[in-house]
Amino acid sequence: MTITVFVPCDSAAIAAGADEVVDAIHKEAAARGLAIDVQRNSSRGLFWLEPLVEVLTAQGRVAYGPLAFEDVPSLFDANFLLGTKHPLCLGLTDAIPYLAKQQRLTFARMGVTRPTSLDDYAAHGGWVGLKNAVAMQGDAVVQTLLDSGLRGRGGAAFPAGIKWRTVRATTAAQKYVVCNADEGDSGTFSDRMTMEGDPYMLIEGMVIAGLAVGATQGYIYIRSEYPHAISTMNTAIALAESAGYLGSNVLGSGQAFYLHVRKAAGSYVCGEETAMLESIEGKRGLVRAKPPLPALEGLFGQPTVINNVITLASVPIIMAKGAAFYKDFGVGRSTGTLPFQISGNVLQGGLVERAFGLTLRELLFDFGGGSRSGSPIKAVQVGGPLGAYVPESQWDVPLDYEAYAAMGAVVGHGGIVVHDERANMAKLARYAMEFCAIESCGKCTPCRIGSTRGMETIDRIGTASNKEQQVHLLRDLCDTMLNGSLCAMGGMTPYPVLSALNHYPADFGLAPAVATAT
Amino acid sequence: MDSTQAFSQQALIDQLVQHHAGEAGSLLPLLHDIQDELGFIPASSVASIAEGLNLSRAEVHGVITYYHHFRSTAPGKHVIQVCRAEACQSCGSEELWALAEKLLGCKAHENSANGMYSLEPVYCLGLCASSPAVQIGDKLHARVNEAKFTRLVQALESAA
Repeated sequence: MTITVFVPCDSAAIAAGADEVVDAIHKEAAARGLAIDVQRNSSRGLFWLEPLVEVLTAQGRVAYGPLAFEDVPSLFDANFLLGTKHPLCLGLTDAIPYLAKQQRLTFARMGVTRPTSLDDYAAHGGWVGLKNAVAMQGDAVVQTLLDSGLRGRGGAAFPAGIKWRTVRATTAAQKYVVCNADEGDSGTFSDRMTMEGDPYMLIEGMVIAGLAVGATQGYIYIRSEYPHAISTMNTAIALAESAGYLGSNVLGSGQAFYLHVRKAAGSYVCGEETAMLESIEGKRGLVRAKPPLPALEGLFGQPTVINNVITLASVPIIMAKGAAFYKDFGVGRSTGTLPFQISGNVLQGGLVERAFGLTLRELLFDFGGGSRSGSPIKAVQVGGPLGAYVPESQWDVPLDYEAYAAMGAVVGHGGIVVHDERANMAKLARYAMEFCAIESCGKCTPCRIGSTRGMETIDRIGTASNKEQQVHLLRDLCDTMLNGSLCAMGGMTPYPVLSALNHYPADFGLAPAVATAT
Repeated sequence: MDSTQAFSQQALIDQLVQHHAGEAGSLLPLLHDIQDELGFIPASSVASIAEGLNLSRAEVHGVITYYHHFRSTAPGKHVIQVCRAEACQSCGSEELWALAEKLLGCKAHENSANGMYSLEPVYCLGLCASSPAVQIGDKLHARVNEAKFTRLVQALESAA
């Protein structure tokens, strides 16, 4: 009997040696005359356990990990193909607490299916949302999205349904749907996992958007640092088109929708939606002034829906199970779930999809298991390089958009980067300014010049005798950047800088009174 | 580079320009294709790209120099990217960066004197839960400590 073995093809699994493990499994099985079928599935997102190998048994999938290729012979010796015990055996995959405690709606197929298998996707609930949408009027689709309360998962948290409604209501010969897959924030990888692991979910969400607003062309703007995602998306688009989910007549609806991948070129600011549009148009990624809103004048000057990968990937389940089902998850105006990404100096880094409203402390300890180094956790940056550093006193605040905004922080794209006590917060604040200087598009002065002046001022806080004046200067500069920048690049760089200054004054060589005096 | 090489390089660029002409927003896809083929975008190609896509040379030059991914000079045999973003910093990427500069004998955006290596900082490879991350050529490596980085470089040396 042929036994099915699963080894992820996610790039984080490959980076941890998954391909070598697959070679070793084939070699060992051949040497022992055993019939196996190795399937390359997506990753469960439990990255400290990668490469995580699973065997299909009568009881379900049994997991082994983290494996090195050297471990493979001993797995065969222990008869792992029957799901037997081994020092690296983790038991039934679904019972691993890290997974069992999650609420996987968007990531339900992650680690279960083969990324580009149309059969796997359809067998696990795929295309149900699209079929429902095809049977509905566009207005009803937009209303469902509005009712679900889905807000942009890219960081700005703008209600997705309002964008869709605006584009639908605008008359134009050509409209576009653009997926922002320029996931440049350090500490985030949910877009990457989606594109590498469940590409049809993103395609389905984009097709639904296209049908709902009357757009026939879609672009996915993927960062050049994600070659695996680019290649998987291209394969999936070709297969989806040949199966009739894309093309001149989507599922016999009479409506066309074509999808193209655009490869970015290593500019962080192109994750800002208008800079991204410039880049897709073949120009330097300079931020545009708003208005006009992209929903009215977006790509090539035409009405354009722009959503992040996870926003669009959340659409199929909303259309499949209804707005009420989705809205039941979450708290207040933060409805649904968010795939949080725990990373950095943490023992159990990975993807945790949960409804809004859990706390950072739960993520850091119940899921993350504390720091990887074993030293106490000092600071946690939430929401990417432009997000605030959150000190321990705020770890019990529920993770929802409003609660975080109220304390001067952001949930953003759900990235969580953990730093242990060795972190120097003045250095990290300086790095935030340096990163802004490297990545600024240069169009507005507060960002272009302010970032460099910010680095210099932070340096002077460390060395000058008039520290108090330098702190005053830094705060004044941050105020200008916050209020005077054209986009979030310059406008939010002060978040990490000021939170570091406010919560960790000692790292700047300041007494608490000096740091907060001005 | 001898004249035959220069000729075939120009022929290739012309072919790619022709392939992309007329496509909406074709400059970035074209530049990617050229760099994928040649390893860089020669300054000498700017004029033919501009002419082929009906752009000014300034526009083409502006785009090439704006994006970190595009390079105007040939890279070393192995391009080594070390992630320097926060999640990697939290697990020692700055120490790793210093080691990379020492072992490879070059600094950021430089080639080593022997032409073996190019060292590039990168701001996130999406492997943040398995930091620090390094990419050598097309191959990703996770949880790269100093010993592992040294082994990876030694493997390149002995394969040379």
